[in-house]
Amino acid sequence: MIAALTEQPLLIALLALLSLGGIFGALLGFAAVRFRVEGNPISEQINALLPQTQCGQCGYPGCRPYSEAITAGDAINKCPPGGEETIQALADLLDVEPQPLDAEHGTEKAPVVAWIREAECIGCTKCIQACPVDAILGAAKVMHTVIADECTGCDLCLDPCPVDCIDLIPRKEGIAFWHWNLPTEEAMPANIIASDTRTRDAA
Amino acid sequence: MREIHDIHGGIHPPERKTLSRPGELRDAALPARLVLPLRQHLGVPAKAIVEVGDAVLGGQVLAQAQGVMSVPVHAPTSGTISAIESRPIAHASGLEDTCIVLETDGADESIRCEGIPEWQTIAPSLLVERIREAGIAGMGGAGFPTAVKLNPGATKPIDTLMINGTECEPYITADDTLMQCQADALVEGAKILAYVVGAERVVIGIEDNKPAAISRVTAAVQNAGADIEVASFPTKYPSGGEKQFIEILTGQQVPSGGIPADIGLVCVNPGTAVAAKEAIVDGKPLTHRIVTLTGEALGKPGNVTACIGTPIAHLLGDASLSAEERQRIIHGGPMMGFAVSDLDAPITKITNCLLAPTARELPPPAPAKPCIRCGHCAEACPASLLPQQLYWYARAKDHEQLSEHRLLDCIECGACAYVCPSQIPLVQYYRAAKGQMRDSEQEKRRSDNSRERFEARQTRLEAEALAKEAKRAARKAAAQEKAAQDGVDPIQAAIERAQARKIEQGETP
Repeated sequence: MIAALTEQPLLIALLALLSLGGIFGALLGFAAVRFRVEGNPISEQINALLPQTQCGQCGYPGCRPYSEAITAGDAINKCPPGGEETIQALADLLDVEPQPLDAEHGTEKAPVVAWIREAECIGCTKCIQACPVDAILGAAKVMHTVIADECTGCDLCLDPCPVDCIDLIPRKEGIAFWHWNLPTEEAMPANIIASDTRTRDAA
Repeated sequence: MREIHDIHGGIHPPERKTLSRPGELRDAALPARLVLPLRQHLGVPAKAIVEVGDAVLGGQVLAQAQGVMSVPVHAPTSGTISAIESRPIAHASGLEDTCIVLETDGADESIRCEGIPEWQTIAPSLLVERIREAGIAGMGGAGFPTAVKLNPGATKPIDTLMINGTECEPYITADDTLMQCQADALVEGAKILAYVVGAERVVIGIEDNKPAAISRVTAAVQNAGADIEVASFPTKYPSGGEKQFIEILTGQQVPSGGIPADIGLVCVNPGTAVAAKEAIVDGKPLTHRIVTLTGEALGKPGNVTACIGTPIAHLLGDASLSAEERQRIIHGGPMMGFAVSDLDAPITKITNCLLAPTARELPPPAPAKPCIRCGHCAEACPASLLPQQLYWYARAKDHEQLSEHRLLDCIECGACAYVCPSQIPLVQYYRAAKGQMRDSEQEKRRSDNSRERFEARQTRLEAEALAKEAKRAARKAAAQEKAAQDGVDPIQAAIERAQARKIEQGETP
């Protein structure tokens, strides 16, 4: 049989290629089953960059749904709590051009936490049900309070409150949160040529 | 004789130390009002335990420590508490912070202090507690709670206690004066601290531009018959940085991100050692400190012992400040200090110097020019970093590269900015970048936490919905089963009952 094959070089080549294809196909098929990735890794990475405020300002019910929407091709500039920093990080991750924040979804604000004026709280539990991160503590007909460390400042508890006893107060205020700012770089004298200096002095 | 090692980089700025006449110490006049910030140390602010209107005595606790990383605040003299409120404090931000305001009565009465002259008979852990209760935080400038430093844990045995008498920053002579005037207390304090941390050796390191301090301390060591080594080494800025000081005297480097205790060392400021002696032997809490008042705008520069909480304006008035137009007052030294925005701000446990320079003496910084990549900064950096790279990355806010280039090992000494021919305020870039990195790290932790909570809630809500659905299905199945058994459909029966009732109501309205 071998002798018969050696006389047919075309057949040998064909057989060799077919068997190679078969082996590699089986290998790939095995790998696809054995090393299957659960979930969408890109969407996980996007979710890790989002600020997890769960505020829904982007139009999706939480950060994970938005991260899935971005994976599916939605714009990356719909997250006001994350602001420019998050947009930049997302642009780096997805290798796209960063866009300015979409004002339709809100503007970037300093971080806040919810604060319940406890004397006015009637204990209706509506805010507790609205809180996306279970940061409000209380029961029916007793006063509620916000666990400040867990609150994301999403403001979803404000609307349901029938007596308007919830305020948003700045989260980072005072010396403990202060740090130096980068020096301002507007007046770089390198932009001035000698004659400019003279006219400026004369003025 | 100890082998002296050299550190990388460093600079030799004009020292200007004789201006404040080191070695002469006087008492500052007692002000009518003391302002005592609750946050004078690194960590959690103390909590006030007195109320407005309370009469207090010197040495009385006004605010208690909150947790381990905190120290209490004591009344420096007798008087009445007139307010507990936000007041300007000496801080680079110019922000206010909570302070206890004490109107002094001039009687200067104190509570009775009970010292432990026989401290060798007491367990070290009790002495550490005593040091914590005395409100001692590192007096060299960082304000790290001393009790925490003295308690590095059983996994980090200490073999050497180092007293850092370098005081390398220009102008400042507070430690120099302390070593000259209170050498005996310093030696006693060093012995106590060595006992507390279980150190076999004690080294007091002093730069060689302080010959008087070296001879006074050496004499005090001999008098006390103590086994303490006094080492002197060449003057160079910033030899007094903790890690630099350790490398100069031991040749060892503190690992990046580590603390001296990792290599068996504890390093304290001489002021801290003296405060520890007073706390243990005399039972006195930390209520006073030595402050250098210097600069050419002062008529009477010098070193004073002042109550903590004395307003800066009072001390400068005491030293005959003839203020120029737009006079700058610098808290700390010219290299690492910051300008004080409000002179009503008080001095604190970490105030070692108040500098009032004339505009000619210390001109305001010239506007920055572009970096010409000369590399002088890298030659000057005592931490062997690459300041120029750090500068670019700080501008680009590239936190990943900044930590790759070990920004956190930067001691903010300002040597790079000092040699920069373009006068770029490099340290400010690094401080800002460090702040941003700390911030984003905290935010990251917060957002990870929120994600976990959000997802936990989602799972819970889904499980609840499923359980509800299952219950409904079970009820429906039960009803159908009953109908099959009785031969009566309960739903049909209910509808019929309702209709019957309706008809009844219709007939008798």
